[in-house]
Amino acid sequence: MIICTKNMDYRFGTQCQFVQNQVMVNSEKDRASLLCMKALANRGRLDSVSQQMASHPQYLESFLRTQHYILYMDGPLPLHYRHYIAIMAAARHHCRYLVSLHSAQFLRVDGDPLWLQGLEAAPPRLRHLDHINKVLAHQPWLTARSHIQALLKTGEQCWSLAELVQAVVLLAHCHSLCSFVFGSGSDSDSIPTPRVHHGTPPGYCLCDAANGNTALLPPPAGPTEKAPRRRSLDSSCEVAYLREQIQKSQEEIKERKADRLHSQTLSHADVEEEDEAMFSADPSRFVTDPEFGYQEFARREEDHFQVFRVQDYSWEDHGFSLVNRLYSDIGHLLDERFRNVASLPFPHSPDLKRAIWNYIHCIYGIRYDDYDYGEVNRLLERGLKLYIKAVACYPDSSKTPLCPLSWAHIKASEKVHVNLLVMEARLQAELLYALRAITQYMIA
Amino acid sequence: MRREVTSAANVNNDSTSASPERAHLFIKGQCVIPYEDVNRDRVNVCVTSRTDCHARCNFYLELRLEMEKMTRVSTVNGRTMFCHLDAPANAISVCRDATQVVVAGRNIFKIYGLEEEGFVERLNLRVGRKPSLNFSCADVMWHQMDENLLATAATNGAVVTWNLARSCRNKQEQLFTEHKRTVNKVCFHPTEVNMLLSGSQDGFMKCFDLRKKESVSTFSGQSESVRDVQFSIKDYFTFAASFENGNVQLWDIRRPDRYERMFTAHTGPVFCCDWHPEDRGWLATGGRDKMVKVWDMSTNRVKEIYCVQTIASVARVKWRPERRYHLATCSMMVDHNIYVWDVRRPFIPFATFEEHKDVTTGIVWRNQHDPYYLLSGSKDSTLYQHMFKDASRPVDRANPEGLCFGLFGDLAFAAKESLMTGDVGRKTYPGGDRRYPIFFFKKPDVTEQFAQVSSALSVFESEAGSSVGMDWFINTAKSYLLSGKPFAELCEHNAQVAKKLNRPQESTTWTMLRIMFSEPANPSLSTNHNLNKSGNLPLVNSFSMKEMSAALNERNKENRQDNLHSLETNLNNNDENEETEGSEGQAEYLFGDAELDDDDLYSMEHDNQAEEPEYLLPQEAFPLRHEIMDHPSAPEPVQEKPESPHVSGSETESTCLTPMESINLISVSQLLFSPHLPPKFFCPIVKEMLCYYAEQGDVQMAVSVLIVLGDRIRKEIDELTQEHWYMSYIDLLQRFELWNVSNEVIKLSTCGAIMCLNQASTTLHINCSNCKRPMSNKGWICDRCHQCASVCAVCHHVVKGLFVWCQGCSHGGHLEHVMEWLKQSKHCPAGCGHLCEYT
Repeated sequence: MIICTKNMDYRFGTQCQFVQNQVMVNSEKDRASLLCMKALANRGRLDSVSQQMASHPQYLESFLRTQHYILYMDGPLPLHYRHYIAIMAAARHHCRYLVSLHSAQFLRVDGDPLWLQGLEAAPPRLRHLDHINKVLAHQPWLTARSHIQALLKTGEQCWSLAELVQAVVLLAHCHSLCSFVFGSGSDSDSIPTPRVHHGTPPGYCLCDAANGNTALLPPPAGPTEKAPRRRSLDSSCEVAYLREQIQKSQEEIKERKADRLHSQTLSHADVEEEDEAMFSADPSRFVTDPEFGYQEFARREEDHFQVFRVQDYSWEDHGFSLVNRLYSDIGHLLDERFRNVASLPFPHSPDLKRAIWNYIHCIYGIRYDDYDYGEVNRLLERGLKLYIKAVACYPDSSKTPLCPLSWAHIKASEKVHVNLLVMEARLQAELLYALRAITQYMIA
Repeated sequence: MRREVTSAANVNNDSTSASPERAHLFIKGQCVIPYEDVNRDRVNVCVTSRTDCHARCNFYLELRLEMEKMTRVSTVNGRTMFCHLDAPANAISVCRDATQVVVAGRNIFKIYGLEEEGFVERLNLRVGRKPSLNFSCADVMWHQMDENLLATAATNGAVVTWNLARSCRNKQEQLFTEHKRTVNKVCFHPTEVNMLLSGSQDGFMKCFDLRKKESVSTFSGQSESVRDVQFSIKDYFTFAASFENGNVQLWDIRRPDRYERMFTAHTGPVFCCDWHPEDRGWLATGGRDKMVKVWDMSTNRVKEIYCVQTIASVARVKWRPERRYHLATCSMMVDHNIYVWDVRRPFIPFATFEEHKDVTTGIVWRNQHDPYYLLSGSKDSTLYQHMFKDASRPVDRANPEGLCFGLFGDLAFAAKESLMTGDVGRKTYPGGDRRYPIFFFKKPDVTEQFAQVSSALSVFESEAGSSVGMDWFINTAKSYLLSGKPFAELCEHNAQVAKKLNRPQESTTWTMLRIMFSEPANPSLSTNHNLNKSGNLPLVNSFSMKEMSAALNERNKENRQDNLHSLETNLNNNDENEETEGSEGQAEYLFGDAELDDDDLYSMEHDNQAEEPEYLLPQEAFPLRHEIMDHPSAPEPVQEKPESPHVSGSETESTCLTPMESINLISVSQLLFSPHLPPKFFCPIVKEMLCYYAEQGDVQMAVSVLIVLGDRIRKEIDELTQEHWYMSYIDLLQRFELWNVSNEVIKLSTCGAIMCLNQASTTLHINCSNCKRPMSNKGWICDRCHQCASVCAVCHHVVKGLFVWCQGCSHGGHLEHVMEWLKQSKHCPAGCGHLCEYT
């Protein structure tokens, strides 16, 4: 079977095709490595996010496809806008990793370097997006028709509905990706190296990938024994394990729960990485109102925020149709992501999976009529709950100490699985709130 | 020239529906006087113009408003009316005698009486201070046999039955909490009093006997959530279930172990299904993919017989009573209207009800035998009764006109016949012209209540040779040379082609390009070409141009004349082997051009020459062999020395020139002190020129120049634009069936996306001729049986290259061998006796 790049259209497709045309893949086993290689050829390096996800190749495929579609394929927003919005979204959670990644890509698609000096330097149209970015990132239940209306209000700096939908999808995608990055600990360990411009990947990467991952050449050494600069697929998990050991001391701090978490200031945010001033730009310069953070939804329930009932506005029935209508094909891609994460084989019971998913939605004020929330307490240990909450709501390594997973007996791939669940549930929650607001706007 | 095709072809006014890609015309049978339901107090007049239509719309709008104000006395009791509910409705249902309707939702569960004056609230079933989630209804159904019996599907997974005959306030009768997830649908058996079916998000369907406390059987669909369940009206034991993954299953109520049949009806969830009230096997389904499909289940294979494309995901579908082909739909999102479709006319709704302000969640025909009343509930918290006569008719607003361009510039135009009469200069269409072979007349269907319009179809043929015709395109595409020769020759050739086709502008453009980009003053190089090929003329010509330009600026006219003259003689002398016609034309043209344009071009050239005294040998002078590569988008290959041996050997070879030539060339190069501009200098102009051509619609020119210029211009134009041009040109070529040219263009293109076109579906899967299993690795040896699979029938050796085989007897072999064999014999070389043909 010859694998062609039919499904994935690459912006820098040349090397990619070249590699792929040489690669013959015979079995499903090679799928993950092929995907990694595609990503590698596409972006010139394999980010740790993809490496982590590689333990679930089917999911990785849909994830990469969605990401590629949002960032590079047809859509109303110009490319540099997309990356800038991604920067804004990632900055909300002080995710240096994503901020620097998208800063570099922003420059590569001919974005104005001035904008990277901070939000004030960006055009007003993008600044207007700041509010909905803030709300979606921390308290998505506040998203209201009025926000949508304000953005779409005709004027010089107004957004079109299609543009706004793409922006919202981007924001939600990046926010939730922050959670994954934080949860998998890929944030601080690999600040992406600045890349050669014009998208030429550093040569050795390509060669390594071709040697290590293809079935063509019989390499005497397995991929893990390759040069140390290239990480094997699961080495990051070991890194995570090490970190877990190192930071065991901080566990006690963590145990004192959430209110403490966000009161901590961003103390060590400015210390590191002087040399990559441009690429690893300080996220805080893209953030306004840094104090705005997650608040317990449950406490506010009595006030005036209605619980979001999935039975009244669900992704399958409502969200999909709306988003697909306004931003064609994205619905199918997102749908595939949600389906894939739901169908990942989970060693524990499916009930646990549902409990995790519903717990995350519950944190964000989304309730299922047909779920007994007592199950959450029954099935999820306290440590796991804390972990999930930290990853979902405070994925900010500058404020939250990297929390060790006290659910200690968990295997690395299971941790990835939990992180994926958090990411997707959060993505869906944000999308549901945003799309419901858009629906309300359209009806009025 | 204009000819009328038919005098009375009727164009189905569906064809003029909003879908622009449906450009071809539907021609159908003779005019049928439209008629509508008997109680429609509306006179059917053919719409004659848009203004008329608007006027009528306004009229009906006013009428409707008026009617909402006062009760009209009518033979049929009832009117379009509505009432406010306290909360959004999720579903509605009517009792059998059509006197009461139940509305259910998250926060509402009420029964309204249907009276002539309006809705009257009869009963609130939602009792208790803080009602439990059991009252939060996703669906409700009123039993059609027992008017006191209701069932609801609760969002928390409960199935509840209600008995209105109970004396206390709480009418709840039974509560089944067997489902783990939200119950999406409940359905009573149409004739059996105690049988209730439910379908849930957890993927199970359960059948309850209301005399028992728990379900009697559970059906597992094995395919995600159940969205709808419907008992068949005609078959006692059958029910249909639709699923979130797009499947529809048919079950026998007696066999809970597995479904009777299953098929995939939609991509994405199937939100609803409905059995036809009369036709036993017909099932209508609606899905998130915005389609309504009608399936015929009576045959062995389930067959899709009708398909209606709506504009939003379909939430509910209900067949209209007494109208065999009509069904009503409402959508899940965005679109708030209710549509009634004639499934045979899938492009435009038969009728629409536009009253709701939010999505319609429940629709039901008021009476099983009355097609004129439709009830609907909505998220906007209203309950409506729609009268059919008040529906708006989109057909009336459609313009039954169609227009389409043919490939060869013909224009077909269909319009109402009344508009077309009195046109002079029309000839009747003579039958038998093979260009219009497909006229068929659809038999008028009397049961079709669609307004029908009689239209006339006219075809305007483009005159031969006119600007609309596309002959020039085909000829140009066939005769242009895009590669295989030195740049200058290609330009020259193409200029000639354009000229022959009477396209002076294009011809001039090619010549200009040649002048701009051929590198001028390198005699040794040009002589190389002279030695190689016959096409020495172009380069010499370009010399003369350069030389002239220098002369223009520096010398007086006389001198110039002299020079030109001498050059002309040179040319003639050089041209002994050339076609005289071409060369003379070129020479004339040169003079004309030079004299007309004492232009900035040359003066600029002059200005620049001091700055660039050194002349570097550009690569472009070599034959463009490198463009033809498998991976042209790979980094630009550096020209290698061995491929251009003539350059290195140029000094020695130049001595072989005839004295006259060499003298001339040398003298020319002495006249000019390197009067050239770097080709780069022209790039902006050329880019502008290409864009101009593309915008003029002559994408052929843009692409041809792009290919011929290759690297000289490629970097100047952004990749997307190039890709766009290539795609357009290739598309055009393929429409004209110029496959070879199209393939050449694809091959020569430098865009990755275009190159891919040639690499798609190039895999040919073959089976081993011995073991009949698929060959995986190489094409000629089988991995499994280790036999050589493809042996030539003539020479009995393995074929590793081109293999040709007979489609009749499947014997074959080396291409040449088979060709030779079949020249001598008619029979198969394998001796199987088959009479093979080689064409």
